[in-house]
Amino acid sequence: QDNRISVWSAGDLGNAGLNGEYHGEPHLLCDIQHNGDVMDMQFLDQERIVAASSTGTVTIFRHHPNNQTLSADHRWEKAHYHVDQDTSCGGAACTGVVCNNPEIVTVGEDGRINLFRVDQKDAVRTIDNADSSTLHAVTFLRTTEILTVNSIGQLKIWDLRQQRNEPSQIFSLAGDRVPLHCVDRHPNQQHIVATGGQDGMLSIWDIRQGTMPVSLLNAHEAEMWEVHFHPSDPDHLFTCSEDGSLWHWDTSTNVSEKPSFLHQGGRSTAYLSHSTMNQSVVSAWLSNDPTKDRMEITNLIPNQTLSVNSLDVLGPCLVYGTDAEAIYVNRQLFA
Amino acid sequence: LCFAWGPAEVLVCETLFGRAGGSRCPCPSRCPCPSRSPCPSRFWGEGRAGAAARALTGSVAGTGDGAPSSSRVFVVRRDQDIYIQTLRKLFNESHGIFMGLQRSEEELAGKSRKAQLVQVSKNYRSVIRACMEDMHQAAVSTRDPALQGQYSTQVSILSAMELIWNLCEILFVEAATAGPLLLRLLDWVRLHVCDVDSMVREVLSSESPSKHKLFWNVVDVFVLQGRMDEARHLLSKEANANPTSMNMYKILDDLMKKMPVPSLGNTQTLTELELKWQHWHEECQRYLQDGTFASNPHMESICKILLGDEDAILEKKELMTTWYHFLVTRLLYSHPTVKPMELRFYAQSSMDLFLGGESSPEPLDMILMAAFEFEMHQVIKECSIVLSNWWFVAHLTDLLDHCKLLQSHNLYFGSNMREFLLLEYASGLFSHHSLWQLGVDYFDHCPEYGRVYLELHIERIPLSTEQKALKVLRICEQRQMHEQVRSICKIMAMKALRNNRLGSALSWSIRAKDAAFATLISDRFLKDYCEKGCFSDLDLIDNLGPSMLLSDRLTFLGKYREFHRLYGEKRFPEAARLLLTLMTAHIAPCSFWMTLLTDALPLLEQKEVIFSAEQTYELMRCLEDLTAGNPDKQKFQDDDVETTKVEMLRLALARNLARVIVKEGTVEGS
Repeated sequence: QDNRISVWSAGDLGNAGLNGEYHGEPHLLCDIQHNGDVMDMQFLDQERIVAASSTGTVTIFRHHPNNQTLSADHRWEKAHYHVDQDTSCGGAACTGVVCNNPEIVTVGEDGRINLFRVDQKDAVRTIDNADSSTLHAVTFLRTTEILTVNSIGQLKIWDLRQQRNEPSQIFSLAGDRVPLHCVDRHPNQQHIVATGGQDGMLSIWDIRQGTMPVSLLNAHEAEMWEVHFHPSDPDHLFTCSEDGSLWHWDTSTNVSEKPSFLHQGGRSTAYLSHSTMNQSVVSAWLSNDPTKDRMEITNLIPNQTLSVNSLDVLGPCLVYGTDAEAIYVNRQLFA
Repeated sequence: LCFAWGPAEVLVCETLFGRAGGSRCPCPSRCPCPSRSPCPSRFWGEGRAGAAARALTGSVAGTGDGAPSSSRVFVVRRDQDIYIQTLRKLFNESHGIFMGLQRSEEELAGKSRKAQLVQVSKNYRSVIRACMEDMHQAAVSTRDPALQGQYSTQVSILSAMELIWNLCEILFVEAATAGPLLLRLLDWVRLHVCDVDSMVREVLSSESPSKHKLFWNVVDVFVLQGRMDEARHLLSKEANANPTSMNMYKILDDLMKKMPVPSLGNTQTLTELELKWQHWHEECQRYLQDGTFASNPHMESICKILLGDEDAILEKKELMTTWYHFLVTRLLYSHPTVKPMELRFYAQSSMDLFLGGESSPEPLDMILMAAFEFEMHQVIKECSIVLSNWWFVAHLTDLLDHCKLLQSHNLYFGSNMREFLLLEYASGLFSHHSLWQLGVDYFDHCPEYGRVYLELHIERIPLSTEQKALKVLRICEQRQMHEQVRSICKIMAMKALRNNRLGSALSWSIRAKDAAFATLISDRFLKDYCEKGCFSDLDLIDNLGPSMLLSDRLTFLGKYREFHRLYGEKRFPEAARLLLTLMTAHIAPCSFWMTLLTDALPLLEQKEVIFSAEQTYELMRCLEDLTAGNPDKQKFQDDDVETTKVEMLRLALARNLARVIVKEGTVEGS
């Protein structure tokens, strides 16, 4: 199996196209072989990328911009593994990685949480059997606290300062324990967390209160693989799913005055009112006033076929990748 | 030793016996099997034997005499091509086009439908061309000569495929009629005969083209391809350089300018065109016979070409390079209003004239000939034989089927040709570790056998990570393939269980709604509890929620844990009630009753009376049921412990009963 990590250039800023809109196809700058499937990946800093592999290895790759190459800087083998008698492989997939330079936290199918530091050969801290089921994703809540989601529908907060191997708080869904696949925290208001589930449902949680989600929004028809708040404009949320769609959730309040940003196909707008369970506060995500809160939801993919596995958003750019082995770059998200 | 091989791969184990040992395996000298005779080695796995014979990789080298050599194991792949990195773009993009075609509206009739189908065909071709570009880039940039050779071969194969597809598009999809047919064929030739391009460029970019030694060759090329404007442009340079031939040039230029060609729009009918053409032809004839061009042999030969003189055209064989170029040139200059059905005669004669008995037609030539003869099935059949991969024929046949051109042909085993080819192609995809997702959609669009094939294939995809398993499951669920869902969930749950991931195992059994497995997991938990005295994975058991109801054992587990919690919180009456319910409602398995009763002991021994009389009687009854049931139990080794336990229980129960009778009998307030 020939898996690679690649760095692409999606159109230079210096290269003004014909009428400023034609940016050309992304072209490959460099790539490097990767052992096992790339389950998750994140930039550690300007030059380094951390990749989580299905073999249980976590690798730091360094990108050298002057000669456009990638090299493997450091590797933690067997960061995730099953203690297994039968199969010789024994590695368990590392399903999620999150970085806060110089710390890296990884979680995997073995229910283990690892805390690595960039310069250290071994893990700084490992919480074995943190969860009896698979941990699907991890993100930082605060500098010393992380959030994990697992396949029995639980959202857990872990305090890394404490030595005990127990989560400091556990939240779970109300009804069926549907596995949760992704998690993201609101960039400014740290008590707002969004998770996506196997049934495609988007849940918004307020972790200051209660153990159940604030809102449940029926979104996709299949697993939601990733959820991201827009880092600089957190009224916007993006989710992508196995059903091949990528949704843009917009809660900026002045819906009428906002310019329409639909350059891409199918406009399937829906005005939803939340089914809320808790009273709350300032943010539009938590608000429950049915007259005021209208959310505009748009599917950004006109001809959907195969699953959209991953997305990322920064500024006006949106990048997503599909199972049809295609990467799409949208540089004018809010045009 | 860890094998990683896919579902449609075949493992061939070959054992060579040394000569001293006796009979020698007859196979080695003949591998790879040219014939389809059964190979004495053991085959297993799916896939037709024929395909396996064709795809045998690795050849067997004979070893020295006498010594028995080590056995070798070959991995035989059904479809080598899908592993070529640069072709993946072809498979993915064409999948998108295929899906678009299947979903496109059928209600569009007539012209708009045809335009739509032509667009689909063009899309396929542009994907082939894009792939060719990539492959070419790869061939140029690689340094490994073997790889370069492979890429170059691929480029030529792709180029041939595009050639054939383009012709099929013109003749079948678009079904060009007389008039436009010729124009399309001209475009086709211009696009695909590019051996002369470098020569053309060289001449055009030189300082004085007319002095270039290949100048007349280039003019001839333009004329042969019907590129009149470019030819005239070049000739004007010659005329300027050579004023003496100005007269001749003017006439020739005029003739070329006036040449009637079919138009795409409906501006003239065929008869009009024919008339005009006839006049023009006669005019050319006159000039030639008058000897106008006698002094310049180049111009004379051009005039002869304009007149459609076969010999003159044939003289320029090297410039045309192929017989189909010859065919189109011939048609241009002798029968511009050729009808589609007449093509076959001209094609056959063109090929014969061009090849002239020196060389025999190659497979590509035969395919094109079949196309000119409008033998669609022949085209598909020949392509299937020649190409190593089903991609081309599957997609082409599907497109032709959408054009409603392949209705009547049914194969003897029931499904029609389109379905057969799609099934073969998709099956090939399934042996790839990630292209199988494309195969699913192809199976979906095979009405007769697609579902069955999918059911068989999907269970055999290796599930290396949970994410892959989830994708496979989603596919099965969307198609109501419940058997497969259950089986995959069971596999994943068993794997999780073996790795001691009880939570994962539970989550898989919830997905499959598999009560039996949930019971198995609960038993594991309970066993762990009995051994260690405490629960593992409390976060799971405490938070079971409604999934607790999936199986009785699971419910018991949840409730039992709740009992422990209540006890820990010192809510004894509730704990007692719960404990009793667990036994009387028969939720608890019989094997656990002893443990439950033992758990009741501390409650019985409390200072305060917890169990009521009713409850105590119930407990006693349970104890009696338990001990009465197996009298053999008393005879076991450790029955000391058992009897002591039973005695203690009886004592505690009796004491409790005494106390509670007194308590209940006491009148309040006195």
